[in-house]
Order: sequence, then structure tokens, then C-alpha cells
Amino acid sequence: MSIYDMTINELQQALTNKTFTSYELTKKYLERIAEIDPIIHAYITITADAALAAAKASDERRANGQLLSDLDGIPMALKDIFCTDGILTTCASKILANFVPPYNATCWQRLADAGAVLLGKCNLDEFAMGSSTENSAFFATRNPFDIERTPGGSSGGSAAAVSADLAAYTLGTDTGGSVRQPAHYCGVVGIKPTYGLISRFGIIPYASSLDQAGVFAKSVYDCATVLEVVSGHDERDSTSTPYPIGDYRGACRRDVKGMKIGMPNEFFEEGIDPRTIEIVNKAAEKFAAAGAEIIEVSLPHTKYALPAYYILACAEASSNLARYDGVRYGVRVDKPSLEEIFCATRSAGFGDEVKRRILLGTYALSSGYYDAYYNKTLQVRTLIKEDYDRVFASGIDCLLTPVTPGPAFKLGEMLDDPLTMYMTDICTVPINIAGLASLVVPFADIEGLPVGVQLIGAPFSEEKLFTAASAVEVPRRLPPDILEQAAEKGVER
Amino acid sequence: MGITVNDVEYVAKLAKLTISEEEMDGYIKKLSSILDYMQQLQEIDTTGVQPTTHVLPLENVFRADEVRPCLPREKVLTNAPDTEDGYFKVPKIL
Repeated sequence: MSIYDMTINELQQALTNKTFTSYELTKKYLERIAEIDPIIHAYITITADAALAAAKASDERRANGQLLSDLDGIPMALKDIFCTDGILTTCASKILANFVPPYNATCWQRLADAGAVLLGKCNLDEFAMGSSTENSAFFATRNPFDIERTPGGSSGGSAAAVSADLAAYTLGTDTGGSVRQPAHYCGVVGIKPTYGLISRFGIIPYASSLDQAGVFAKSVYDCATVLEVVSGHDERDSTSTPYPIGDYRGACRRDVKGMKIGMPNEFFEEGIDPRTIEIVNKAAEKFAAAGAEIIEVSLPHTKYALPAYYILACAEASSNLARYDGVRYGVRVDKPSLEEIFCATRSAGFGDEVKRRILLGTYALSSGYYDAYYNKTLQVRTLIKEDYDRVFASGIDCLLTPVTPGPAFKLGEMLDDPLTMYMTDICTVPINIAGLASLVVPFADIEGLPVGVQLIGAPFSEEKLFTAASAVEVPRRLPPDILEQAAEKGVER
Repeated sequence: MGITVNDVEYVAKLAKLTISEEEMDGYIKKLSSILDYMQQLQEIDTTGVQPTTHVLPLENVFRADEVRPCLPREKVLTNAPDTEDGYFKVPKIL
């Protein structure tokens, strides 16, 4: 078995058995990044020296019997939206191209305190706005399973890094599907836990009532291992909850027998690729064979989730992104007056999609439209949430649905058609709107492209999701050789 | 429902963005199609429905108003495009 294909658990055992050191392991990952990443472009910043130093420190702790956690010495990466003290954090935007945060995001601090080895910062759609990572101000990331396709977005770099073995695990963020959709496109496990489970402190905000950090990993168990470390209350985020961290690893070993799994009709309607539906049905059969009960349910307001999401997210973004004014941090375009500095800095610093969402959000919040758009959407949000409350109150343990209508699309395919691109989020956005927990686990493929299934649970029901996901998990499928793909498709490094 | 050049210019002004003449057509076309799509929310009867601004039933968090350690000033200013005497600097406003 290649070391790149080893789970966190297997890596820890190998480190304990002195099969290799964290320093050697980290070096191996850095070598692979140097070889493969010029094709995949998962990373914006690679922190090789700091990674090797952290690995060395971990090896010393291990030798002294002072290991900090099960993640000690394991190489990982972060979406470039998490503030990292002293390390460039761009959010894939020109406006933050020179931003070096003076502090750490809480979830990164928790990983660092657990001995994590940071390999670098991963590419994303600018300010997490997008579904393909093509909205990065720097470059697009490629899907390891087909380098002519998108890895998804907005956390495309983090998903591709795990898929192509450029990190053992990564963190991303999910505002409307930005962990789950790329996990599904790249054939890795991805969780967006309940809003409030992971602190948002130090995560560059997009839409604060929807944003939540999540984990990408090579197995369900790895995902549980990381979630146990990054979760938990943080007094610096007033929306993080004091809800206790679950026994997610223990949950992976529990039996799915007797669980009630709902399949909402509205997620299997027109617009979803029949091959995707067939795959989700196969997953349902696997659940049934393992003793779970499959129950048809209805969430009647599902079709309104997508327009509601884009109004809410854009409205919150227009307010959140007001902070980029060229005064306190970021790139300033110098002009004679302050007003001109604001306009010139923002107009040059933001990309098209970001400007579009700021304009939409400002429009929805502007006088005369506030009630028709924003307030109406908040009411629709209530109705969507009540659909889920009803289903979970009826005794359903979790829901099983597609993640997106089809597998990964081609790079450039939807670039000029934002609305069609937004439609790929149709199955993922309701979960953020209702504040639920959701996990994507790879299950099958369509013409070689990975297809996952989405499990959705009530708030703070992550343990149930881990139990269910472990029951349908299949052995990890590796992408075809990246260098061979590049040679075949004429993609240059 | 169409969005007009005036609408875009007004909203851009509020958002402190400049949209060039060449960009304007593209913005109008794409924003109009997105706004049309959003119109479907109007078909739902929301009479008497309480708005949800936040999914969690959170209460305000209080703590004692005490001085705590914070980031040193020079560290905070390292990212500023322009500073003077420990302050952020911008052109004269008045």
C-alpha cells in the first residue's frame, strides 16, 4: 500500500511502529505536491519549511511519549479562507493578495495544538463564491479524476488535494454546498456539520448565517477523527454552541440496523440525472440490506431553497464584504480622495462573480426591494426549516439524497452562465438554510467520475450521520495517474 | 422583471463599485436572469409566517466588561496600506 493511500489511523500506526517518521511522511507529501500540483493546482501557498519544522517537532514529541492527539504529525492543508498567523491568506482574491493574518482561526489553532502539520493553503472560488473553483483570482483547480473537469467549489482545492493525495485531510467551508459538492466530484468524504458546531472565528466570512467549516478526508472514520478535534464551543464566536462534541469515531462502529432513513421525493425529480438517481437507489438498497428502514418523505418547499439561498447569501455577502475598503488591510488602489479609494480598490480587487453577488445583495436589501426580496426570503426560510423539523420529528434518523444533479462538469462549461452553475447547488443549499448536518460519502461512478450520496441529519445529529455513512462506505477509489492524464490531454505543468 | 442601467448604477454606487460601460451589458443580462429566477419566491403565500434570521435559538452572550490582552498595535498595522504614528492613514476627508 502506498503511504498516500493510508488513512490517519494507519499513518499513526506506521509512525508509532517507526515504519517512517512524520518528517519523512511530510517530505513525501511535499515531493508529491511538487510533482503533481503544477497540474492539479490545489494549492495557492505551499508552506514546505514550516511543515518540515512542524513534522520534526512532532517526531520529537513522539520520541518523548508526549503525543498531542491522533492527528499529531499528520500532514494536512486548509482552504485559503482560514486565517493563519504569519501565513498568507488570500481567499483567492486580488484584494487580499498580500494579506498575512495576525492571528489564527480557532479551528486551525485547535489542529495546530493537536500537532497537525500544515502543508499549505488550498485554492477556492474567490471569497467562496462559486461551484467550480474557476472564480479564483489566481487559477482554476483541476479534478484529479479527469483533469479537464472541475473539482467543484468553492472548496475545490481542498477536495482535489485529498483526492490526488496531496494531503491526508483538509478543511473547507460550506455556505451552500462548498464542501459536499467538491467532495462528491472528487471522490472523497466531506462533512458540513451543524451550523454552530465549529467556530467561525478567523474564517473569512461570506454569508454569516450559513457559513460553516467542514472536513475532507479519505475515509468516514478519518473525517470523524478530525471533526472531534476541530469542533466545540468558542467564546470568540457567539454563534458557536456549547453543544457537547460527539463520539464520532464510536458512531462509525455502530450498527445501522433499525435506523429510519428518509428519501425526500423532491430530491429525485426532473433535472436530476437518472444515473444519479439509480446510484442513490442502490445506496438505499444497501441500507435496507443492512437492516435500516427506508421511508419516503416529502419536503414540499425544496424547490424554493435555491432562489432563497442566493438572496440570503448575496444579501449577507454585500454587508460582509463592505469591510474591504483599502484602509486597514489588503491591496489599496491609491486615489486623491477616500471615496475614490473605496471605489477603485473594490472595483479592481473583486472579480466578476463577487461583484455580481454584491450587486444582487445590495439590490435585495435596498429600500423598496427589502420586503419583496429579503424579508420574503426570511419567511421562506422558516417554511423550509419547518419541512425538515416535521420530518425529523416524525422519527426519521437521517435523509438520503443525491448531492448534485450529475457528476463533475467540464472546466469552462458554465463559466458564462452563472444561473446554470447555481443550479448545481440545488440539493445542497436547503441544508445550510435549515442549519442541518450533512455528510457526503463516495458511493459509485458515472463513466469513471465519482458520485457520492448525501446524508442529512437534524441539528447536532452528526453521530447518526457517521453511523449511516460507515454502513454505505465503499473502498476508496483512486484517480487515474495524473501525469499520464496530463501527457494524454496535452496539459502542461 | 428587468433590471435597468439606472438600477445597476444606483446599486453599484451604494456598494462602492464602479461598473464600466463595457461591463454594463453583461451585468444587466446576468443579473436579470438571476432576478427572474428569484421571482418564483413571490408565488408562496407567507402571510403570518415569522421570518428566520438565524437557525439556532441563541441568546445574547454576556461577560464581564474587563480589559483582556489584545493584538499588539504594530501587528495590527502590518497589513495596512498606509500608516502614520500608529494610525491607519487615508487622504484628507474634510
